[in-house]
Amino acid sequence: MASVVPLKEEKLLEVELGELPSWILMRDFTPSGIAGAFQRGYYRYYNEYVNVKRGSIARLSLVLAAYVVFNYRRSHKELKHERPRKYH
Amino acid sequence: MNENLFASFITPMMFGLPLVTLIVLFPSLLFPTSNRLVNNRLISLQQWMLQLVSKQMMSILTPKGQTWALMLMSLILFIGSTNLLGLLPHSFTPTTQLSMNLGMAIPLWAGAVITGFRNKTKASLAHFLPQGTPTPLIPMLVIIETISLFIQPVALAVRLTANITAGHLLIHLIGGATLALMSINTTTALITFIILILLTVLEFAVAMIQAYVFTLLVSLYLHDNT
Repeated sequence: MASVVPLKEEKLLEVELGELPSWILMRDFTPSGIAGAFQRGYYRYYNEYVNVKRGSIARLSLVLAAYVVFNYRRSHKELKHERPRKYH
Repeated sequence: MNENLFASFITPMMFGLPLVTLIVLFPSLLFPTSNRLVNNRLISLQQWMLQLVSKQMMSILTPKGQTWALMLMSLILFIGSTNLLGLLPHSFTPTTQLSMNLGMAIPLWAGAVITGFRNKTKASLAHFLPQGTPTPLIPMLVIIETISLFIQPVALAVRLTANITAGHLLIHLIGGATLALMSINTTTALITFIILILLTVLEFAVAMIQAYVFTLLVSLYLHDNT
Protein backbone atom coordinates (compact mmCIF):
# COMPACT_ATOMS: atom_id res chain seq x y z
CA MET A 1 0.00 0.00 0.00
CA ALA A 2 2.65 2.46 -0.96
CA SER A 3 1.43 5.95 -1.67
CA VAL A 4 2.67 8.47 -4.13
CA VAL A 5 3.56 11.19 -1.67
CA PRO A 6 6.30 10.28 0.84
CA LEU A 7 4.73 9.10 4.07
CA LYS A 8 6.14 11.76 6.31
CA GLU A 9 4.33 14.66 4.71
CA GLU A 10 0.86 13.23 4.40
CA LYS A 11 -1.92 14.75 6.40
CA LEU A 12 -3.79 12.57 8.83
CA LEU A 13 -6.95 12.17 6.81
CA GLU A 14 -5.11 11.01 3.77
CA VAL A 15 -3.12 8.28 5.41
CA GLU A 16 -4.35 4.79 4.67
CA LEU A 17 -5.30 2.61 7.59
CA GLY A 18 -2.55 0.07 7.27
CA GLU A 19 0.09 2.72 7.38
CA LEU A 20 -1.24 4.39 10.48
CA PRO A 21 1.18 3.01 13.09
CA SER A 22 4.23 3.92 11.06
CA TRP A 23 2.75 7.32 10.39
CA ILE A 24 2.30 7.98 14.11
CA LEU A 25 5.82 6.90 14.86
CA MET A 26 7.21 9.12 12.17
CA ARG A 27 5.80 12.42 13.36
CA ASP A 28 8.38 14.26 15.33
CA PHE A 29 7.52 14.56 18.97
CA THR A 30 10.11 17.13 19.80
CA PRO A 31 8.72 20.23 21.52
CA SER A 32 9.18 22.34 18.46
CA GLY A 33 7.36 19.72 16.43
CA ILE A 34 4.41 19.72 18.80
CA ALA A 35 4.36 23.50 18.84
CA GLY A 36 4.38 23.47 15.06
CA ALA A 37 1.40 21.15 15.01
CA PHE A 38 -0.53 23.40 17.36
CA GLN A 39 0.31 26.43 15.28
CA ARG A 40 -0.84 24.81 12.09
CA GLY A 41 -4.12 23.74 13.64
CA TYR A 42 -4.69 27.16 15.09
CA TYR A 43 -4.06 28.92 11.82
CA ARG A 44 -6.31 26.58 9.93
CA TYR A 45 -9.10 27.44 12.34
CA TYR A 46 -8.24 31.11 12.30
CA ASN A 47 -8.11 31.55 8.56
CA GLU A 48 -11.31 29.69 8.06
CA TYR A 49 -13.39 31.26 10.78
CA VAL A 50 -12.05 34.53 12.08
CA ASN A 51 -10.06 36.12 9.33
CA VAL A 52 -13.02 36.66 7.06
CA LYS A 53 -14.08 40.23 6.49
CA ARG A 54 -17.47 40.00 8.13
CA GLY A 55 -17.11 37.32 10.75
CA SER A 56 -20.14 36.58 12.81
CA ILE A 57 -20.65 36.00 16.49
CA ALA A 58 -21.44 32.34 15.91
CA ARG A 59 -17.82 31.54 15.32
CA LEU A 60 -16.68 33.15 18.56
CA SER A 61 -19.41 31.37 20.51
CA LEU A 62 -18.14 28.11 19.06
CA VAL A 63 -14.82 28.70 20.77
CA LEU A 64 -16.53 29.61 24.02
CA ALA A 65 -18.79 26.57 23.89
CA ALA A 66 -15.75 24.36 23.36
CA TYR A 67 -14.16 26.01 26.39
CA VAL A 68 -17.24 25.28 28.51
CA VAL A 69 -17.27 21.63 27.43
CA PHE A 70 -13.58 21.33 28.18
CA ASN A 71 -14.07 22.66 31.69
CA TYR A 72 -17.08 20.44 32.27
CA ARG A 73 -15.08 17.37 31.39
CA ARG A 74 -12.33 18.53 33.67
CA SER A 75 -14.52 18.99 36.72
CA HIS A 76 -16.81 16.02 36.07
CA LYS A 77 -15.46 14.04 38.96
CA GLU A 78 -16.38 16.61 41.56
CA LEU A 79 -19.69 17.36 39.96
CA LYS A 80 -20.86 13.77 40.06
CA HIS A 81 -21.99 14.16 43.66
CA GLU A 82 -24.27 17.04 42.92
CA ARG A 83 -26.71 15.23 40.72
CA PRO A 84 -30.28 15.36 42.01
CA ARG A 85 -31.00 12.10 43.69
CA LYS A 86 -33.18 10.95 46.53
CA TYR A 87 -30.52 10.03 49.08
CA HIS A 88 -27.28 11.93 49.10
CA MET B 1 -22.59 20.87 49.92
CA ASN B 2 -19.98 22.34 52.22
CA GLU B 3 -17.06 20.75 50.49
CA ASN B 4 -18.45 21.21 47.05
CA LEU B 5 -18.94 24.90 47.49
CA PHE B 6 -15.26 25.68 47.31
CA ALA B 7 -14.37 22.91 44.93
CA SER B 8 -14.51 25.17 41.94
CA PHE B 9 -11.71 27.31 43.29
CA ILE B 10 -9.15 24.53 43.48
CA THR B 11 -6.28 24.90 41.04
CA PRO B 12 -7.10 22.56 38.18
CA MET B 13 -4.69 19.70 37.65
CA MET B 14 -5.00 16.86 35.23
CA PHE B 15 -2.84 13.78 35.54
CA GLY B 16 -0.53 15.85 37.71
CA LEU B 17 0.03 18.35 34.94
CA PRO B 18 -0.69 21.95 35.78
CA LEU B 19 -3.68 22.64 33.62
CA VAL B 20 -3.90 26.11 35.07
CA THR B 21 -1.24 27.45 32.68
CA LEU B 22 -3.44 26.54 29.75
CA ILE B 23 -6.43 28.22 31.33
CA VAL B 24 -4.46 31.37 32.09
CA LEU B 25 -3.17 31.51 28.53
CA PHE B 26 -6.57 30.87 26.95
CA PRO B 27 -7.81 34.53 26.79
CA SER B 28 -4.85 35.37 24.60
CA LEU B 29 -6.44 33.25 21.88
CA LEU B 30 -9.34 35.63 21.77
CA PHE B 31 -7.22 38.67 20.96
CA PRO B 32 -5.66 38.02 17.56
CA THR B 33 -3.04 40.28 16.06
CA SER B 34 -2.78 41.36 12.49
CA ASN B 35 -0.52 43.36 10.26
CA ARG B 36 -3.12 44.75 7.94
CA LEU B 37 -4.55 48.21 7.80
CA VAL B 38 -8.15 47.06 7.45
CA ASN B 39 -8.81 43.98 9.56
CA ASN B 40 -11.63 41.58 10.14
CA ARG B 41 -14.50 42.48 12.40
CA LEU B 42 -13.12 41.01 15.58
CA ILE B 43 -9.79 42.79 15.40
CA SER B 44 -11.37 46.08 14.36
CA LEU B 45 -13.71 45.97 17.34
CA GLN B 46 -10.87 45.25 19.71
CA GLN B 47 -8.68 47.95 18.26
CA TRP B 48 -11.44 50.51 18.59
CA MET B 49 -12.12 49.53 22.17
CA LEU B 50 -8.45 49.60 23.07
CA GLN B 51 -8.03 53.02 21.54
CA LEU B 52 -11.01 54.35 23.47
CA VAL B 53 -9.79 52.99 26.78
CA SER B 54 -6.19 54.05 26.35
CA LYS B 55 -7.10 57.56 25.33
CA GLN B 56 -9.27 57.96 28.36
CA MET B 57 -6.77 56.52 30.79
CA MET B 58 -3.53 57.91 29.52
CA SER B 59 -4.59 61.45 28.92
CA ILE B 60 -4.14 62.52 32.51
CA LEU B 61 -0.56 61.34 32.70
CA THR B 62 2.58 63.24 31.84
CA PRO B 63 4.74 61.89 29.00
CA LYS B 64 6.93 60.06 31.42
CA GLY B 65 3.94 58.27 32.86
CA GLN B 66 2.61 57.49 29.43
CA THR B 67 5.44 55.05 28.86
CA TRP B 68 3.43 52.70 31.04
CA ALA B 69 0.64 52.59 28.48
CA LEU B 70 1.45 49.13 27.12
CA MET B 71 1.66 47.62 30.57
CA LEU B 72 -1.60 49.12 31.77
CA MET B 73 -3.53 48.28 28.64
CA SER B 74 -2.46 44.66 28.69
CA LEU B 75 -3.36 44.59 32.37
CA ILE B 76 -6.87 45.80 31.78
CA LEU B 77 -7.36 43.42 28.86
CA PHE B 78 -6.09 40.45 30.81
CA ILE B 79 -8.14 41.05 33.92
CA GLY B 80 -11.25 41.96 31.95
CA SER B 81 -11.13 38.93 29.71
CA THR B 82 -10.27 36.56 32.55
CA ASN B 83 -13.14 37.80 34.67
CA LEU B 84 -15.63 37.65 31.83
CA LEU B 85 -14.55 34.14 30.86
CA GLY B 86 -15.03 33.10 34.46
CA LEU B 87 -18.71 33.85 34.16
CA LEU B 88 -19.17 30.93 31.78
CA PRO B 89 -20.46 27.76 33.46
CA HIS B 90 -17.88 25.45 35.01
CA SER B 91 -14.92 27.60 34.13
CA PHE B 92 -12.02 28.39 36.41
CA THR B 93 -11.10 32.00 37.02
CA PRO B 94 -7.41 32.55 37.77
CA THR B 95 -8.08 35.90 39.40
CA THR B 96 -9.83 34.21 42.30
CA GLN B 97 -6.46 33.07 43.52
CA LEU B 98 -4.91 35.57 45.88
CA SER B 99 -1.44 34.46 44.87
CA MET B 100 -1.93 35.63 41.36
CA ASN B 101 -3.43 38.97 42.31
CA LEU B 102 -0.63 39.67 44.73
CA GLY B 103 1.82 38.78 42.00
CA MET B 104 0.18 41.38 39.80
CA ALA B 105 -0.30 44.09 42.40
CA ILE B 106 2.98 44.18 44.29
CA PRO B 107 5.42 44.59 41.38
CA LEU B 108 3.35 47.27 39.70
CA TRP B 109 2.86 49.28 42.85
CA ALA B 110 6.51 48.90 43.82
CA GLY B 111 7.59 50.05 40.38
CA ALA B 112 5.50 53.19 40.65
CA VAL B 113 6.71 54.04 44.14
CA ILE B 114 10.35 53.40 43.40
CA THR B 115 10.20 55.47 40.23
CA GLY B 116 8.75 58.30 42.22
CA PHE B 117 11.41 58.02 44.86
CA ARG B 118 14.26 57.87 42.43
CA ASN B 119 13.25 60.76 40.25
CA LYS B 120 11.55 63.13 42.61
CA THR B 121 12.74 62.21 46.06
CA LYS B 122 11.64 65.36 47.82
CA ALA B 123 8.16 65.36 46.32
CA SER B 124 7.66 61.66 47.12
CA LEU B 125 8.70 62.12 50.70
CA ALA B 126 6.44 65.13 50.95
CA HIS B 127 3.46 62.86 50.32
CA PHE B 128 3.74 61.60 53.84
CA LEU B 129 2.54 64.84 55.32
CA PRO B 130 -0.59 66.55 54.04
CA GLN B 131 -0.45 70.27 53.77
CA GLY B 132 -1.51 72.41 56.66
CA THR B 133 -1.51 69.97 59.54
CA PRO B 134 -1.13 71.41 63.02
CA THR B 135 2.32 70.78 64.45
CA PRO B 136 1.48 68.47 67.37
CA LEU B 137 -0.19 66.04 64.99
CA ILE B 138 2.78 65.59 62.66
CA PRO B 139 4.41 62.39 64.05
CA MET B 140 1.15 60.52 64.20
CA LEU B 141 0.18 61.62 60.75
CA VAL B 142 3.46 60.50 59.23
CA ILE B 143 2.93 57.06 60.71
CA ILE B 144 -0.59 56.91 59.38
CA GLU B 145 0.45 57.96 55.91
CA THR B 146 3.24 55.37 55.84
CA ILE B 147 0.81 52.66 56.80
CA SER B 148 -1.63 53.76 54.14
CA LEU B 149 1.14 53.70 51.56
CA PHE B 150 2.21 50.16 52.37
CA ILE B 151 -1.33 48.89 52.45
CA GLN B 152 -1.97 49.92 48.83
CA PRO B 153 -0.74 46.76 47.04
CA VAL B 154 -2.44 44.47 49.54
CA ALA B 155 -5.66 46.42 49.10
CA LEU B 156 -5.42 46.17 45.33
CA ALA B 157 -4.93 42.41 45.37
CA VAL B 158 -7.45 41.59 48.07
CA ARG B 159 -10.08 43.83 46.51
CA LEU B 160 -9.94 41.97 43.23
CA THR B 161 -9.82 38.51 44.80
CA ALA B 162 -12.63 39.16 47.24
CA ASN B 163 -14.96 40.68 44.70
CA ILE B 164 -14.62 37.95 42.11
CA THR B 165 -14.70 35.11 44.63
CA ALA B 166 -17.72 36.50 46.43
CA GLY B 167 -19.58 36.91 43.17
CA HIS B 168 -18.88 33.34 42.09
CA LEU B 169 -19.88 31.96 45.48
CA LEU B 170 -23.13 33.86 45.43
CA ILE B 171 -23.97 32.52 42.02
CA HIS B 172 -23.28 28.97 43.19
CA LEU B 173 -25.39 29.37 46.30
CA ILE B 174 -28.35 31.04 44.70
CA GLY B 175 -28.29 28.62 41.80
CA GLY B 176 -28.30 25.71 44.21
CA ALA B 177 -31.12 27.24 46.15
CA THR B 178 -33.15 27.65 43.00
CA LEU B 179 -32.69 24.02 42.06
CA ALA B 180 -33.63 22.88 45.53
CA LEU B 181 -36.75 25.00 45.53
CA MET B 182 -37.89 23.78 42.17
CA SER B 183 -40.32 21.37 43.79
CA ILE B 184 -41.90 24.18 45.79
CA ASN B 185 -43.45 26.67 43.45
CA THR B 186 -43.83 30.44 43.40
CA THR B 187 -40.65 30.99 45.31
CA THR B 188 -38.62 29.76 42.39
CA ALA B 189 -39.76 32.54 40.14
CA LEU B 190 -38.52 35.10 42.58
CA ILE B 191 -35.21 33.39 43.09
CA THR B 192 -34.47 32.87 39.43
CA PHE B 193 -35.14 36.52 38.97
CA ILE B 194 -32.62 37.32 41.64
CA ILE B 195 -30.10 35.10 39.88
CA LEU B 196 -30.61 36.98 36.67
CA ILE B 197 -30.10 40.32 38.28
CA LEU B 198 -27.05 39.05 40.13
CA LEU B 199 -25.45 37.75 36.96
CA THR B 200 -26.00 41.04 35.22
CA VAL B 201 -24.50 42.90 38.09
CA LEU B 202 -21.63 40.48 38.14
CA GLU B 203 -20.96 41.20 34.54
CA PHE B 204 -19.78 44.44 35.82
CA ALA B 205 -16.75 42.46 36.70
CA VAL B 206 -15.51 44.48 33.84
CA ALA B 207 -16.03 47.44 36.08
CA MET B 208 -13.73 45.63 38.44
CA ILE B 209 -10.87 45.92 36.08
CA GLN B 210 -11.71 49.47 35.55
CA ALA B 211 -11.42 49.93 39.28
CA TYR B 212 -8.16 48.01 39.35
CA VAL B 213 -6.41 49.82 36.59
CA PHE B 214 -7.81 53.12 37.58
CA THR B 215 -6.63 52.83 41.13
CA LEU B 216 -3.25 51.70 39.96
CA LEU B 217 -3.20 54.57 37.56
CA VAL B 218 -3.98 57.13 40.19
CA SER B 219 -1.26 55.77 42.35
CA LEU B 220 1.22 55.85 39.49
CA TYR B 221 0.28 59.39 38.64
CA LEU B 222 0.70 60.62 42.15
CA HIS B 223 4.01 58.94 42.75
CA ASP B 224 5.62 59.61 39.48
CA ASN B 225 4.73 63.05 38.46
CA THR B 226 2.73 65.17 40.92
